[in-house]
Amino acid sequence: MTLKLGVPSKGRLMEKTFEWFGNHGVGMGRAGSEREYAGAVDGVDDIDLVLLSAGEIPRELAAGRIHMGVTGSDLVREKLPMWDSVVTEMAEMGFGHADLVIAVPDHWVDVETLDDLDAVAAAFRARHGFRLRIATKYHRLIRNHLRLHGVADYQLVDSQGATEGTVRNETAEAVADITSTGETLRANHLRILSGGPVHKSQATLFMSLTAPWDEAALGAKEALKAKLDLLD
Amino acid sequence: MSATQDKARAKLAEAARLRALFEAAGARAVETTLLQPADLLLDLYGEDIRARAFTTQDPLRGEMMLRPDFTVPVVQMHMTDGANRARYCYSGQVFRRQEDDPERATEYLQAGYEVFDCGNPALSDAEVFATIAGALAPLDLRVAIGDIGILSAAIRGLRTSAPRKAALLRHLWRPRRFRALLDRFSDGSASKPRRKILDQADPFAKAGPVIGLRSRAEVEARLATLRAEADEPPISALEVELIDDLLALQAKAPVALSHLQDLAVDLPAIQPAVQGMERRLDALGDRGIDVETLDFEASYGRTSMEYYDGFVFGFFADGRPDLPPVATGGRYDALTRVLGQGRAIPAVGGVIRPDLTLRLGTEGGR
Repeated sequence: MTLKLGVPSKGRLMEKTFEWFGNHGVGMGRAGSEREYAGAVDGVDDIDLVLLSAGEIPRELAAGRIHMGVTGSDLVREKLPMWDSVVTEMAEMGFGHADLVIAVPDHWVDVETLDDLDAVAAAFRARHGFRLRIATKYHRLIRNHLRLHGVADYQLVDSQGATEGTVRNETAEAVADITSTGETLRANHLRILSGGPVHKSQATLFMSLTAPWDEAALGAKEALKAKLDLLD
Repeated sequence: MSATQDKARAKLAEAARLRALFEAAGARAVETTLLQPADLLLDLYGEDIRARAFTTQDPLRGEMMLRPDFTVPVVQMHMTDGANRARYCYSGQVFRRQEDDPERATEYLQAGYEVFDCGNPALSDAEVFATIAGALAPLDLRVAIGDIGILSAAIRGLRTSAPRKAALLRHLWRPRRFRALLDRFSDGSASKPRRKILDQADPFAKAGPVIGLRSRAEVEARLATLRAEADEPPISALEVELIDDLLALQAKAPVALSHLQDLAVDLPAIQPAVQGMERRLDALGDRGIDVETLDFEASYGRTSMEYYDGFVFGFFADGRPDLPPVATGGRYDALTRVLGQGRAIPAVGGVIRPDLTLRLGTEGGR
């Protein structure tokens, strides 16, 4: 059996991943044509490159269908309940930085913190008859964060894209989304709450705790760890 | 195969046995649907219920949830039927999503007993408790009781502004948040971080355009609230101490009662609720409950039971912290008001988990 290593199948995330492994002496590239989802590794034996959508890598790691995988730490925490019992972080890769933040309309000058958001949610519900809507695709992370900080009287509405536009379109009162510079939020007249992000995400190399290992796969793991300076 | 079948059958038989006990006590057996409209449960429990209940999509009725408990549908049924006084019992599955603990059951049976009665609340409280206790008598369980009504009376009696009391009452069920609020209202730091925006001649000078449903008027109204809040004197150290004292109270019921009576001298607002507790303990005694053995915990029910607003109780297997409570219950007058669209009927009830009574019964008998 070979070690299956899942990496993002396209875009900057794929390029950066190849570059990161390349800098550690592990050559990676796509095999065949631009459109073919197959990859090759050289520098370490017995590794199969599995090209996957970054959003599916957490699921494949949890199911043990791949031994290792590169994806955002935000996606692992969002998609896997009790994530640290099914995967372990091997290395933070230093790119793909993004913060999961909660943002409100800039004209809400009375709202700076989660405390304020909670107070406003109570008043909003009393005034409008429904719970204040927060548009997001990070349901688990945001719900846990708000529960931890004792925020009530809100509801999460699902938004898989163009989340920053939901407030202007009046389908949400606030948003919770990933941002690296905050540029899109500002352009849409939204302001990030103070008190730090819900989660600071970056591309991370994860190892599955559920995948089956045989000698070849274990050998490949040790060889890879040596290349990546990850030996214990 | 047959061992699992036997187990499942035994659990169902145990649930039926408990329900029959409740029927013998005068309750009418009722059924509710497994699928419940999600919007109602979300309105009651907030978004957190999504982490605890299974949600599914019905193409015509929208989002539905697999029944996380019986209380809500039973109250709804009662409030629609319009009767005033009633006793109900039921048994069947409830479903709970578990995100953090694979050992916890996602589906289990409950058998319950609920009393709707406008008469003497002490008598109904005692009736429900004694009925549940009677059904559990052979198991020798530890019992905790509490009273959310005493806590809320104490908050309502604080010498502070109505918005502060409302904020504290709203977060009574979130101890961390409650603590943060109480600290903020009592050490005078309530307004400090706000000073900057409140002191500005035009707080909107640098603000972006008005977008979304929350209007400029709503923002201005909250700024006015914040200004009033900044001028509000802190809650006195004495009052905070009394609240702390109350929240920390844990003692056998009669000792707790006398402690509460002492507290009521300084916190007169809790007097009626404390008298209610005294009448309840008397009524429990009249029903043959040995109140000397009951553990009163003033904070009991603050973390898990959002709709209870008076008497609360739980039965636990001593020395088995791995097991959830075998039975829980309490008074939920406010819930009947929410679901009754203006009408309210005082109500109290409790549920037993037949899987646990069965398990403890067999383990105890070995």
